[in-house]
Amino acid sequence: MILTLARASLVRHRARTLLAILGVAVSAAMLLDMVMLATGMRVSFGSLLLSQGFQIRLAPKGTLPFDTDATIPDASHVVRTLMARPDVVAVSPVLGAQLHVEHGATSVSAAALGTIAAVQGDYKLLTGHAPTRDDEIVANDALLTALGANVGDTLRVAAGFDPQLRTFTGQRTLRAVGRVHFIYLAAGERALAMPLESLQAIEGASRTDRASLFMVRLRAGANVESARSAIEQTVHTVSAISTETAIQQVEQRLSYFRQLAFILGSVSLAVGFLLVTTLVTVSVNERLGEFAVLRAIGVRRTRILEQIMLEGAVIMIVGAVAGLGLGLVTARYLNSILAAFPGLPEAISFFLFQPRDAWLSLGLLALCGILAGIYPAWRGASLPIGPTLREEAVA
Amino acid sequence: MTDDGLLVSARGLRRDYPMAGEIVHAVRGVSLDVRSGEYVAIVGPSGCGKSTLLNMLGAIDAPSSGTLTIAGNRVNGLSDREATLFRLRHIGFVFQRFYLMPVLTAMENVELPMAEAGLEKAARRSRARELLTYVGLGERFRHRPTELSGGEQQRVAIARALANKPELLLADEPTGELDARTGAEVIGLFDRLNRDGTTLIVVTHDEELASAARRVVHMRDGVIVDEQHR
Repeated sequence: MILTLARASLVRHRARTLLAILGVAVSAAMLLDMVMLATGMRVSFGSLLLSQGFQIRLAPKGTLPFDTDATIPDASHVVRTLMARPDVVAVSPVLGAQLHVEHGATSVSAAALGTIAAVQGDYKLLTGHAPTRDDEIVANDALLTALGANVGDTLRVAAGFDPQLRTFTGQRTLRAVGRVHFIYLAAGERALAMPLESLQAIEGASRTDRASLFMVRLRAGANVESARSAIEQTVHTVSAISTETAIQQVEQRLSYFRQLAFILGSVSLAVGFLLVTTLVTVSVNERLGEFAVLRAIGVRRTRILEQIMLEGAVIMIVGAVAGLGLGLVTARYLNSILAAFPGLPEAISFFLFQPRDAWLSLGLLALCGILAGIYPAWRGASLPIGPTLREEAVA
Repeated sequence: MTDDGLLVSARGLRRDYPMAGEIVHAVRGVSLDVRSGEYVAIVGPSGCGKSTLLNMLGAIDAPSSGTLTIAGNRVNGLSDREATLFRLRHIGFVFQRFYLMPVLTAMENVELPMAEAGLEKAARRSRARELLTYVGLGERFRHRPTELSGGEQQRVAIARALANKPELLLADEPTGELDARTGAEVIGLFDRLNRDGTTLIVVTHDEELASAARRVVHMRDGVIVDEQHR
């Protein structure tokens, strides 16, 4: 009967109940988005780093991967040293550069990666084959589209432009042999990849046998931290960063995102709480006579408490469920905006949905709904029966 | 109820409460006995303390002093929980403004006290139907209060008051909101209830209702000043 009364009381003021639910839904959507934002970057960045199975990255001493133009000397020696370790199964050296690329009358600049095709973990081949000869490259759709080129076309690349001689330096004629998707690059960023030695040669003497980065894959079950530490002690020109450390560094750099998410999430919860408390209090104030009569005919105080708290909880839970759907839609939209941030890998998700987040948001909102009903419920249940009925009669 | 048929025994009931910094003596030492099956009307001018007395008889309000025994239960001194249970089991209330739950149907309103008493759904449905038929609303089970006239609402309220078969039915100005015709219907219903064995105490300004009672208690300034038996 209490259920019937609670349901009927909510249905009685349909518009008000609906508005309250919508208000909670907006608040819940924001809460879910903030919970997703708080964990999304870390989880998706971790997944991205681990997606190719490399647990350790080596950058020039004191830097992060691709954070500077600095490079690591004696790349082939570093590879041999690392491969000599029993816990290392693969080492992928990568050299990064910026090249001018021409096709017909079209000339654009593009990011270039020099890799060893057999062990690389920077791109996924979509069509064609990986570049293994020194005149072969693979390119992504953004570059091919910008050039109006296709797989099989011949392209001219240059490492730089000499303003005194008015000529390009390090010019080569190369053939596109594949279409690829670069895993760590931003959406729309034009890029190509070629054999490491080809790019070193194009870049000139300053890049001979140098790499910007090494990615190291360990044997299954190997201790990542001890391997990382040992590598750093063996190869003095590098800083070794495990995926876990990289995630921590990214977390430190983006800690304001988490703080923002925490503050906005708390505000959402507070707004939802106040909204439900206000609406249930207004509703209770309108029904003081009803509660006094229920008490007069022998309905226990706890039943009144249950009814009012149930009304608050129903508004909060229905609103929260609606809000979860709304939150997912807004998260997708916001993600599409944030994904356009320059320099961010396309695969990074700011708002990553995890069932745990949904349960956490629902749990927090349900708890808030119950707490929000406490004051109005206490007010409704603790009325003095006689005076309340007298006041209602006078009113 | 005691062996001698005494249902209500009030001795020296007083009710004082603070109002605007002063103590109001609403009821000042009322003693009243009511036997089972009696039909008592309490009359008197506004503010004489008759509603306060009724509230004390119904365990809605606690006396400041004095003793009150109803159906063998010492009512003064009951905790809130005990008083609630006492009202549920022993008292039926009818209010001037009906006070039905607007969101429930007539049937559900009558079921409400029975649900609280833990009666199973089928049993309370059956009793609610029986009571609504008794008060002449056999065709109006599914109607909500807003779909009923004032007289019909008061009859639903009477059916609700009878739901748990109370020993005592208390009514506070039950015809106060009704026109003469529907008021007469309610008076007739009370008369039938009393003839069928229900003990009634009504507080009223309505002379016709008071004249229908077998016993009329006159109050003034918080005390009983006269009594008439018919």
